[in-house]
Amino acid sequence: MTPVLSLKNLTKRFGPVLAADDISLDLMHGEVLALLGENGAGKTTLMNMLFGQYVPDAGSVEVFDAGQPRTLPAGNAQAAIDARIGMVHQHFTLAENLSVLDSVVLGAEPLWSFRRALSPARTRLTDLMTRSGLTVPLDAKISALTVGERQRVEILKALYRDVRVLVLDEPTAVLTPQEADGLFAALRTMVADGLSVIFISHKLREVLAFSDRIMVLRHGKAVGEMPTAEADAARIIRMMVGEDHKMPDRSPGTPGDLRLHLQNLSTSGTRPLRNVTLDAHGGQIIGIAGVSGNGQTTLAQVISGLEQPSAGSLSIQGQTIDRLTPKSALAHKIGRIPEDRHHDGIVPALTVAENLVLERLDDSDVQHFGFLRKSGIAENAARLSSAYDVRGPGIAARAALLSGGNIQKLILARVIEAAPDVILANQPTRGLDFRAAAEISRRLIEARDRGAAVILISEDLDEVLALSDRIFVMHDGHCLETDSRDRTDIGYAMAGEAA
Amino acid sequence: MIEIVPRETTRPLLTALIPVIAALAALALAAIPLLAAGAPLLQAYKQMFLGVFGSFFTFTEMLTRATPLIFTGLAAAIAFRAKLWNIGGEGQLYLGALAAVWIGTGMIDGPPALMIPLVLLAGAIAGGLGMLGPAILKLRFGADEVVTSLLLNFIILIFVQMMLEGPFKDPMGLGWPQSEPIIDAAILPGLFERMRLHAGFLLAIGTALITWIITALTVWGLKARAVGENAAAARHAGIGVTRLMLIVAFASGALAGLAGVSEVAGLKGYLTSDLSPGFGYAGIVVAMLARLSPIGVVLAAIYVASVFVGADSMSRAMGVSSFLADLTVSLSLICVLLGGFFAQFRLRFRGAQTP
Repeated sequence: MTPVLSLKNLTKRFGPVLAADDISLDLMHGEVLALLGENGAGKTTLMNMLFGQYVPDAGSVEVFDAGQPRTLPAGNAQAAIDARIGMVHQHFTLAENLSVLDSVVLGAEPLWSFRRALSPARTRLTDLMTRSGLTVPLDAKISALTVGERQRVEILKALYRDVRVLVLDEPTAVLTPQEADGLFAALRTMVADGLSVIFISHKLREVLAFSDRIMVLRHGKAVGEMPTAEADAARIIRMMVGEDHKMPDRSPGTPGDLRLHLQNLSTSGTRPLRNVTLDAHGGQIIGIAGVSGNGQTTLAQVISGLEQPSAGSLSIQGQTIDRLTPKSALAHKIGRIPEDRHHDGIVPALTVAENLVLERLDDSDVQHFGFLRKSGIAENAARLSSAYDVRGPGIAARAALLSGGNIQKLILARVIEAAPDVILANQPTRGLDFRAAAEISRRLIEARDRGAAVILISEDLDEVLALSDRIFVMHDGHCLETDSRDRTDIGYAMAGEAA
Repeated sequence: MIEIVPRETTRPLLTALIPVIAALAALALAAIPLLAAGAPLLQAYKQMFLGVFGSFFTFTEMLTRATPLIFTGLAAAIAFRAKLWNIGGEGQLYLGALAAVWIGTGMIDGPPALMIPLVLLAGAIAGGLGMLGPAILKLRFGADEVVTSLLLNFIILIFVQMMLEGPFKDPMGLGWPQSEPIIDAAILPGLFERMRLHAGFLLAIGTALITWIITALTVWGLKARAVGENAAAARHAGIGVTRLMLIVAFASGALAGLAGVSEVAGLKGYLTSDLSPGFGYAGIVVAMLARLSPIGVVLAAIYVASVFVGADSMSRAMGVSSFLADLTVSLSLICVLLGGFFAQFRLRFRGAQTP
């Protein structure tokens, strides 16, 4: 076993926060190292130092050339690239209007050359695709690709640059179980060829199945390291959280009256809904599983009042609604937790307190003859942020300063405090750590038990299985109920194939 | 090797001091062209200072110059806060002035006490409509309002010239393209004997205060901020984004229109096509210097007006080109933009790498 990469005593401090505290790590040739930890545990900080995006306060990054260690200059991304380190971010960095071929060679071509050597590039990529099993149509525009294909492009981009270390940040967040298995099989091939992988994930099942070694970070410290063969889920969770992890208790819901009813509803436009029929009753959680891009976003847009159906009907409490707008959705007591919490959920430049009243600015404790009642807004914020444990620099600070989990708690507080009859939760726990995700899940179950109809859209099948009273699967705009609780069955339905 | 790195923390004090530092830096940088022009530096700065603060009269002259800048600065500030890029302040100013002349030269024979409010209202509506067009084109067709509002300036100016050669032309004007004078009842009264400073200045201060109250203290102001900072989230939260953008557009245009009314009914008394030496464009600079704060706009307008008036006086006394004023104002803007940049980023110097 020869090392390819070595992080030595990396330390990084942001103000009072020690984001990475003296972390050392060695990566061997042909090894898959899984990096686990809650949000804010320091995984991203560590990878950013490895990749030259942050300058460490102390410590260094070493790569090995023919067995000889060489220290990379701190804070220089180009040096990391030159040392053949590649990174696939959780949020893809692709330009929609480029072809796959252009996306891959972008940045790898000499800038001052008029001729583009595309045909050797094509040959090389085709060869890479056959070897790795990661196939994508080379001439398709990125905009025409599914999320899974886009991710393959990102990985091909790294492989094309002949990386020896590949960092994957939450690579399966957007894949079906089958696609994820395909990805791991492809990576296995590459690893057998000598690639080393650092694999960041929240999904223990994958980590246990795919990695060779596991390293757990907590509060910026490396708290544990073990060969995967010796690891088990309970032990890892204990290390990550520092305590035993309890799944939210869930008893079956008692279905109440019909709250929201979609009948043969279709939309026009991109990623349309096709003939969707769905009934949400009070006291139940409806889980909607599916790979992203199969119409879940459109469904959420329709229920939120942001997109109008082209056919079919939508009724709330038995009353057919002609034109639902965000405002009338709120008036009909539909609470919405948006998919993209930064983009649709909060106004980052406004304060935490202002964001907490954003959906009820006309209420009498918020305003008085059109003038803001700062005291009412502050009281509301103080109450909600303690009840929902929204942590951050305070209610008068900009919401932009909150972490993802706390932003989600803010949105949840805003939604649940309005005592909604229907709650639409679109990817409510995406990117959150165990503790925050469990808290969100617990709140959704609580709301259900108080009689709300909860519609949970999630790409995380485990979450859908754990929380839902009924399960629907979306594929290509269709949304069908399934009685199965079997991962494989549902996985096939997500891929649009009968089991 | 120099690299640009985002700051991991921002310092609020630094951010607040940027406009002040930028203003001082710009004045200091003005020394370079002054030296190039061969003027004795101390003498030149002294003349510039005396041109503004030398006497009560020069001071009121500066405030007279600041008046339209406060209006156009507010116009730009409230639009920019909502991410509506109104570059058409100059055109809206002329529309306001044209409406003021139309109403104020005896078109309406109303009671004298109503004439001033009527003229102000007409100018505000005309300016507001001038920005409503680009805003509707933006919201309906996605037409870039930077382009449409900017180009509209030239159309409006030519339209004003046409009116001044045609229906609005003063028959007693000896053939000059100018409007009839505004009747006395519609003139904004002067504030001091034998000085040009007029009630428009008080109106501008009052408008700035009201704008501040609306943007900072009302639900409407909060909605406008939400729309400007994140329209998607505002829409998701049930705020009527389109309606709000239209109101902001109208209000912005109306403020620029008031600048025109104030100039024509407070200072000149009649309309010519050289009423404004670019107050509409200078308003953008004022708003940027003020970092889009309504109260800051008043201070920034006074600063810009001081530079203009001071440099004018210096150029007369020292024989230096008065374009120095434009240069100083431009330098201030560059300094503020640079300052804003350095509040978010810092430079990192690094020695040559050893392989």
